[in-house]
This record gives sequence, structure tokens and C-alpha cells, in this order.
Amino acid sequence: MTQESEPSIRGRVAVVGIGATTYYKRGAATSPEFVLGLEAILNAVEDAGLSAGDLDGFSSFSNDRNEPVRFASALGLPEFKFSSMVWGGGGGGGSAAVANAAAAVAAGYANYVVVYRALAQGQFDRFGQAAPVPTVSGHKKWMSPYGMFSPGQQYAMRVQRFMHDHNIEQDALKAIALTSYYHAQQNPRAVMHGRPLTAEKYDESRWIVEPFHLYDCCMENDGAAALIVTTPERAEKLKQPPVYVLAACQGSDYRQAAPAHNAPDYATSNFKTLAPRLYETAGITPDDVDVAQVYENFTGGVLMSIVEHGLCAAEDVNDFFKTENFRAPDGKLPINTSGGNLAECYMHGLELITEAVRQIRGSSTNQVRDAKVSLVVSGPMVQPVSNLVLASERSVR
Amino acid sequence: MTTETYLPNGLPAPVPENDGLDTPFWEAAARHELVVQRCNSCQNFQWGPEWICHKCHSFDIGWTPIEGRGVLYSYERIWHPVHPALGSACPYLVILVELPGAGSIRMLGNLLGDPEQEVVIGSEVEAVFEDHEDGKFQYTLVQWRTVQ
Repeated sequence: MTQESEPSIRGRVAVVGIGATTYYKRGAATSPEFVLGLEAILNAVEDAGLSAGDLDGFSSFSNDRNEPVRFASALGLPEFKFSSMVWGGGGGGGSAAVANAAAAVAAGYANYVVVYRALAQGQFDRFGQAAPVPTVSGHKKWMSPYGMFSPGQQYAMRVQRFMHDHNIEQDALKAIALTSYYHAQQNPRAVMHGRPLTAEKYDESRWIVEPFHLYDCCMENDGAAALIVTTPERAEKLKQPPVYVLAACQGSDYRQAAPAHNAPDYATSNFKTLAPRLYETAGITPDDVDVAQVYENFTGGVLMSIVEHGLCAAEDVNDFFKTENFRAPDGKLPINTSGGNLAECYMHGLELITEAVRQIRGSSTNQVRDAKVSLVVSGPMVQPVSNLVLASERSVR
Repeated sequence: MTTETYLPNGLPAPVPENDGLDTPFWEAAARHELVVQRCNSCQNFQWGPEWICHKCHSFDIGWTPIEGRGVLYSYERIWHPVHPALGSACPYLVILVELPGAGSIRMLGNLLGDPEQEVVIGSEVEAVFEDHEDGKFQYTLVQWRTVQ
């Protein structure tokens, strides 16, 4: 069997540019959300050594408000060839947006596709607050009348059950939070740079919704991030070392979106079918992962994702989930090396994907030694979710 | 007449869907009866309401009364209010109840009683009907209390 005959994305696309705005606390951005998006896209263009007119495709997720045709017109792009949006809220579509961009490049629909997310929660609705409305319909009807609104309140219920099933201690969640804050102290882009978190401060912080303390929950931010993908042949002529896509997948397990919390397999991050598919597509095993960016909407999602990606067995969590194991440069499983959604910026996880690119380039401020395979997990517990493997070579073996 | 409710007034009122999907549930709740969907073809229980049976794809879905008794499957104690009406209502408890007598479907609700009570996954709970009669929209919620 030849590798060329497999219908696989492996090694057929590379990330060539990454860009972002300054990351702001919610409400602190002085530019409108659309302008933030433009800045991030232009920064990615510059990072790649392209000109804006090279862009001919757009890919986004989570119902981004900024339509690609508006970007294309504002930027004066000569030809618009492709656009795509991943359905579903939250960050579940982050890696899936890369997958769509990669598919478009591999199919020849477009040459340079930009994946973007612009999000100014200070200018629009906040995810962490519920608007006072007189009535509710749809699936929210089974929750809102009981005071269950925010993402944290949606997902604490799943995490509580997982922790019950596997006797997971609160310290496991704490280790995830401390890791993100630790890495943010070495990352000048991070909103929480200069604001370290200690174990004591975590313990003393207020509950948001049990089992989540304040520091188990992502921030609310303003900003934008972007990355550009193209073919390896084009990538190899550009400014940056190519970062190859070994696999990018989206999916959802059996009836995970069943209404009113009726997913048959409930205590899950929704990666049980997707994680094996990702590894198979990438041609790697969990042992090959050098560094992982695991989306922290809430620390509990990181916990279940790490287990479901085969990186730690559920029964070993209490022993393994220690900050020393999660820290760059030489922890056993360095995670969230930019500070992630908890401490760098909540850019719906696109900031995690740009950090995964930096790890392969060797340019992270928390660089993992000799990182060759970089995993991204996007939006655990939502439906659909997605994941991504980036690498320094077009295939690992 | 003012009625006693677990959470304060001002939360969004559940209204039946325009397409009538869940009307039988709310009509039954107002009579203090608990009904859920059950497929007339394959007898599969289903919750929340949907137009098709996910097991056999029959569109012939009926509503059947069930006993309001279940097992506490998971819970969360909410300390941070995200809605203006809940400013002084925290903490409060939301639980997920599994109904072994109805194909192990699950229902959400509040766990009545002391919000700081110890909550035990696996404990038995029973349904309580909570009428909301004061606002512009009248409705009845299914709530839960621990079986003593």
C-alpha cells in the first residue's frame, strides 16, 4: 500500500504564517473587532513573507461575526476562491477550521487560506453572562429556568461525574491552572504576564461552579489571531520553516448533542472516536507527542481530553497531574506553553494553534527541547470538537 | 397568590416551541404529571423531545406518563451568578437525574432543600412540581428532592 493512495491530509499542507493582535482584557481593546481581525491577518501575512494579495481563501469557526468577503474587499484581494465556517459555538471548531483550510489547499480550491478568529467580548455579548430575556425556547429551555446558563455551568456537570467515576482529586485541576499561569510568566504577550498564580491563591479563590474555582475558568478577552496554510511546495520557498499538518480532524461521538444533557456517554470530552482517528491519520501514537496545547475552556476539559488522547490513563491522573510534568522545557508532557486560554488570551483557542506552530519552529517563549510533534486539542466537551497534529517533517516515520 | 419557588422570579420562562414539539410535556406538568417521549414503534424512551426516534427512525412518537423517581447522576453547586435575577440566590444546586424506569433518560432540575447540603451521586430523588404563577408566563417546572 502506498501512502499516496490513501485519502489523507498527512504532509500535504503546511502552516507558513501566524499573526495576532495585542491581547487585551475584555473591554480594553481600542479598535473595533473587525480591525482586530485585519491586524491579525496582516501580521500573519508579514510573518509568512507574503503580500496580502496572495490570500485567496478564508476559514473560521464559532460563528465569527466578521465575514470573509468583507475582509477580502477591505484588503482589496484580487481573487476570492474559498470560504468556510465550522458550525458550533465555543472553541470546538478551532482545529476544524485548520482542517477545512487544509482541505481547500489540498484540493486546489485555493492557494493561501487564512484561518482567523476575531473576538471582542467587550464590544459584544459576554460568554460568561446571560442576557435577561423574558422567555426561552430550544434546548436552553431545559436549563435556563433552573439557573443553568453559562458554559461553565454546562460543563461542570460532566466534569463532576468524571471526577466521581475515577476518584479524581481537585489537585489535578489545580495543576492544569498552575501550569498555564507558570508559562504565561515567560510570555510577554500573555494577559496574565506578571501576575503569577500560587497553589495557595488557587485554593483560596472563590468557587464559580463546583468543581471549578475562579482559576479553572478561561478568561474573557478582546483580540484576534490568524494563521496561513498553503502547499508544502509553496511553503518551502517562504520565510519561515514550514510546519506540516500531519492530521486535522473534527467530529463528535454518538449523540453527544442529545438535548438536556442526554448524551449516553456523558462524562467525556467528546474525543473518544476522534483521538484515535487523529493519530491514525497522522501516522503517530500518543508516545510521539512532544508538546500539547489543550484547550482550557475549563480545566476539567483538559483533564478529560488528556485521558481520551491516550496521554495519561484515568487511574493515573492523581499521580501524573503535577505542574512539573506539564512544564516546558522538559516536563513529561508539556502543555499550554503560551499560557493558553487561562493566562495568555481566550482567543477561542486559535492562540493555542499559533503556539503549537511556534513549538515546531522553535520560537516559543517556553520552548520544549527538540519538539517535532505538536498536538492541539480544540474545545473539549462541545459538539463538534476538533484536533490537530503539526510536525517539523511531512511524516514522522 | 404568591408561590414559593426554589430560584427567584425573573429567570426566562420556558414556552412551548412554535412547532408544538414539546407542548404535551408542559400541559402535563401543569397537571402535575410527568410525561416523556416514547416511540410508538420500538418503545424507546427519548429525552429531550425530538421529532424522530433516534433508534428506529419512526416519526410516530408518543408521550407516556412515568414515575417521578430517579437516581442523582451528577450535580453542580453554582456560586457565581451569571443572570441578574440570581444576584442574591447563590449558591444553588442543579442536578442531573437518571430515570431507570424510563430507559435511563436524564432530566435536569434543581435539588430542593439546603443549597449547601452534601450531595451524593447515586442517591434516590423524586420529582416535585413547582408552579410559577406570578409572572406574565405561567408554567410548571419539574424539580427534585432527595428521597428520605
